[in-house]
Amino acid sequence: MSVNRVMGTETEYGIHAPGDPLANSTVLSSQIINAYAATVRAGLGNLAGTRWDYTDEEPLHDARGWEVSRAEADPSQLTDMPPVLDAEQIALAGGRRPSGNDLYAEESSGGVLMNMVLSNGARLYVDHAHPEYSSPEVTNPLDAVRWDKAGDLVVLTALRRIAQTPGFAPVNLYKNNTDNKSVSYGAHENYLMPRSVPFGHIVTGLIPFFVSRQIICGAGRVGRGLTGRQGGYQISQRADFFEAEVGLETTIRRPIINTRDEPHAVAEKYRRLHVIIGDANLSEVSIYLRLGTTALVLSMIEHGDVPQIQLHEPVQALQAISHDPTLQQKVALKDGSMVTGLDLQEMYLEAAAAHCRRLGTDEGMTADVLERWGRLLQVLRRDPLQAAAQLDWVAKLKLLEAYRERDGLDWSAARLGLIDLQYADLRPEKGLYYRLAARGKMERLLEDAAIRDAVREPPADTRAFFRGKCIDRFPEQVVGASWDSVIFDLPNNRRLQRIPTREPLRGTRELTGRLFEESASAEEFISALLGPGPVNGVAT
Amino acid sequence: MATKDRKNVESRSVEEEYDDVPAPEPAAAPTATVETEGTDDLLDEIDGVLEQNAEEFVRGFVQKGGQ
Repeated sequence: MSVNRVMGTETEYGIHAPGDPLANSTVLSSQIINAYAATVRAGLGNLAGTRWDYTDEEPLHDARGWEVSRAEADPSQLTDMPPVLDAEQIALAGGRRPSGNDLYAEESSGGVLMNMVLSNGARLYVDHAHPEYSSPEVTNPLDAVRWDKAGDLVVLTALRRIAQTPGFAPVNLYKNNTDNKSVSYGAHENYLMPRSVPFGHIVTGLIPFFVSRQIICGAGRVGRGLTGRQGGYQISQRADFFEAEVGLETTIRRPIINTRDEPHAVAEKYRRLHVIIGDANLSEVSIYLRLGTTALVLSMIEHGDVPQIQLHEPVQALQAISHDPTLQQKVALKDGSMVTGLDLQEMYLEAAAAHCRRLGTDEGMTADVLERWGRLLQVLRRDPLQAAAQLDWVAKLKLLEAYRERDGLDWSAARLGLIDLQYADLRPEKGLYYRLAARGKMERLLEDAAIRDAVREPPADTRAFFRGKCIDRFPEQVVGASWDSVIFDLPNNRRLQRIPTREPLRGTRELTGRLFEESASAEEFISALLGPGPVNGVAT
Repeated sequence: MATKDRKNVESRSVEEEYDDVPAPEPAAAPTATVETEGTDDLLDEIDGVLEQNAEEFVRGFVQKGGQ
């Protein structure tokens, strides 16, 4: 009945070394992880949990009730196997592997680090050919913005370190979703839901919302089609890369609703809705409303309050809406009527407002999300360009239009493509989002200091607190971690001690903060946590 | 398509566009600076940070598959 629920984001960053154009992208991505590890070693915090615990990963479980065989799956779907990169690949790719204290420390001599769990509870790792930051679990959309943005700072720290390391070509990172050469990479969201909600209700309730929410949280893109060669400007980075309504894949035949059923929690109680359709946002308001409005729609679905809207051709509608930044494009419903993306969003907004009224929800952030959502839809209806301070796709469009006007540029001009790309450059001195924000042209929701603190500090109110604090306090003893476990190697134990954390709302500061404060050692901590008997559930 | 695209966006003067920006909320981050300059100044600044040789740079940005 509110915007509050367990949620998190994942960002796959675009990666590019302009000075080393033939560099292998997996190698470059691993440099980011290792550079961050080197920074952590150098004093930002403790390095631990570099091994991911794959025990509970089930990427081939389908929420519709079946499992895809490994033989039938696309290799990219096998995300439950650790990626391997050997020294030879690094050497081939021109990445010198210096001895001593540069990027690769002695302790990782068995191989290059491909994974880290951070003291803020996040995961930083190499996902195929991109560095990925998966945020810690948070309980509300503003915290989602905070720990999503903390990820941008984490990888910025890493690329700065690479730039300062002799022998390495500088690496740029982009928070975008396509190279305009037919490749797309994701910015995913995750939402915890009760298992009892029928998956079919989620599908029908969400599709028209996902097709239309891009007018609030699209990141904007120069060009159309997979390679962007068809000119013009569109609202979404991702729209042209979607081909299906529902499916398990994330790298091919991308579906509007992804069915990966990998709860990372007690499977009988929960599902984790894995959302792959979003654009990567720089604007804080865009991120906030992307998560906030989606959480409201999920609440409506859970309560049977969601509007019953059926699009005739959802994938076509997604692309048609994206292709018209004037927001006039109409798409067909199954009943034959024609609606715009704005119409669809207004239907969801009205239903969400009624839903909250009916349930008597007056919680502050929920009211704020509703108010901002409504205000922005009004602005978009009047004149989309008036939303430039809030929405990425509008901010980018306005900048592009200014260039077009000043320099008489056609949409095919390379400079416009560069502006599109560089909007998402994570270096504040180069990234155009950051240049606009520095001039006060982007509305901010968070102080810089709050984002900086979130690079190190976990959210207090989820199991991410337990994960992050274990890593921060007991770096020597924590040998692995995952969303639903932390693994300790204690000197006096012959076996590893795996602490399951399958309840996302346990392991909070309230429940475990004192335990961390009162334990002088990992042994003390574990024995206080587990008590004399079997695992007693402080963290689980 | 190209002609339709051009029609898609209203043509108003650059000055008007950026004068229309609503003032940032009081809670805006401390990095925000008071806006005293116009759009020309903004574009000048951005001219200065854009990568050299736009065409080559954009062509060189090639990614491998992703989710």
